[in-house]
Amino acid sequence: MAEEMHSVSTSDLSQRGDAALINAPIAQLRSWLSAGELSASDLSAAFVRRIESIDPELNSLISRVDPVEPAATDGVLAGIPYVHKDVFCATGTRTTCGSRMLGDWVAPYDATVHKRLTQSGAVLLGKANMDEFAMGSSNESSHFGAVANPWDVRAVPGGSSGGSAAAVAARLVPFATASDTGGSIRQPAAFCGVTGIKPTYGRVSRYGMVAYAPSFDQAGVIARSAADCALVLGEMAGFDPKDSTSADKTVSDYVAGLDQSLDGLRIGIPKQWLSGDLDPAMGDAVQAAIDELRAAGARLVEIDLPDADLAQAAYYLLAPAEASASLARFDGVRFGYRCEDPKDLQDLYERSRSEGFGHEVKRRILVGTYAVSAGYYDALYRRAQQARRLVSGHFERAFEHCDVIAGPVTLTPAFDRGARSDDPTRMYHEDVFTIPVNLAGLPGMSVPAGFVAGRPVGLQLIGRHFDEARLLNVAHQYQQQVDWHERMPPLAGDSVNENHEG
Amino acid sequence: MSLTDDQLQTVAHLARIAIEPEWRETLRKDLNAILDRSRLLEDARLDELEPMTHPLEQTQRLRPDVVTETDQREALMAAAPAQENGLFLVPQVIE
Repeated sequence: MAEEMHSVSTSDLSQRGDAALINAPIAQLRSWLSAGELSASDLSAAFVRRIESIDPELNSLISRVDPVEPAATDGVLAGIPYVHKDVFCATGTRTTCGSRMLGDWVAPYDATVHKRLTQSGAVLLGKANMDEFAMGSSNESSHFGAVANPWDVRAVPGGSSGGSAAAVAARLVPFATASDTGGSIRQPAAFCGVTGIKPTYGRVSRYGMVAYAPSFDQAGVIARSAADCALVLGEMAGFDPKDSTSADKTVSDYVAGLDQSLDGLRIGIPKQWLSGDLDPAMGDAVQAAIDELRAAGARLVEIDLPDADLAQAAYYLLAPAEASASLARFDGVRFGYRCEDPKDLQDLYERSRSEGFGHEVKRRILVGTYAVSAGYYDALYRRAQQARRLVSGHFERAFEHCDVIAGPVTLTPAFDRGARSDDPTRMYHEDVFTIPVNLAGLPGMSVPAGFVAGRPVGLQLIGRHFDEARLLNVAHQYQQQVDWHERMPPLAGDSVNENHEG
Repeated sequence: MSLTDDQLQTVAHLARIAIEPEWRETLRKDLNAILDRSRLLEDARLDELEPMTHPLEQTQRLRPDVVTETDQREALMAAAPAQENGLFLVPQVIE
């Protein structure tokens, strides 16, 4: 670990109050905890105070969980508080997926991700708000209300992991779990100025993570730095026999890999991505970030990555088709929302689903149902699967010429709440740079890369399958050169904190 | 690929979702805007490609035919909207 460990007495901590704690790297918190300079209960209490004082303005959490003693005092994450995107089951917690359909549902079992983080000693403080059933790019579709971007409360935090990104950006917790199907980790991380990683498909178990589109969904983490993401991902990742899509491949030591030199690393810049609709100021920020990577020793290579629009068209048939299957289980019979006084079984199904799901979810289920229905399956669904093959092929060819791909995460910084609500397809266009990565199942990260018009923007890094170590390494080396990831939104700071410029 | 109101009705029935009358027309327009993008898929480069179902080369993993789950009926039925004697209750299906 490159960062210096500071030794500090408890009195220092209590004098500086919570300020020392909220920006400390996870490794630093672990060091203080191990040395006995800080107790897990004090650390949790400090973050709980912050949640109580700041979250009313953000609405980043749907429910709170009382902190318990860490299950393992010597685990890699022992005593570290976090929140789960409310798509992860944790026994005894309300797990709503941001939906009325599961508004009161209490999970009777643990997601593997939850089990592993618990075994590592991490302390759950709450369930984070999200777009309903992970469908959205702004967190505006949640049944539990929109989430505010901590950098500018008029702006969206992004989605679907908007609550996770906002909570970390506001320093309400050191890390949050999240999930990404078409960009739902990377885009909110970019909009909120935090670091997020969507691992390779199959890297992290999906057991106990409520499914949206099973061939795209992947669990990941949002934190304040690549180093923190590396620690957490190392605990989350790995083969799980309970997930039939889990990859049986060893997990490398992501933390040890952070300090690898970038000398000679070939970074591919997709020529189609840095033109067209991209906001020029965004282009400048991304270019500046790429220049930092070159200064750190990497070699830049222009690559060809066409058909982002085709990828998007394919995704908005494939993911909804899978969603129509994943969400068929919500029928008012065995769990979840049931309508009042159903007159027959048909009415039970139709009204429970109509009342339990919001508009975006219903739109996607209907598109998906149509796409796989008789007469349309070949022209829509099967054709979209062929497009998936084409787009994946573009990445394969690109990775013959480079080791990591770098580019924008989004076209623009965070938009205002309500600005994209009238036109679903306009909202979908937010994912144009993130979707192709999910089609190919590749790992992707978003790393804070500056500000445009006062709102954060991110640099996207994309790697080969199972090359998370390299992505985290590049992101970490970038974060040694710049300090965008250390900036804190004014809302999260107070006069005691020195890092409060926006 | 343009959805008529009748087709919308059929799809809604397949999905077992009731569409409130006030929303029908807006929904139909929204769905058509989404389906409109699918015209990009008429691209001839796709014709000979093998459909890709999954991002990784994986086959279904098998396991020994041994019981591994424990009886958790109580816990799992706790969330049922209506139940009796370990059975889920629904409106009468058969006359």
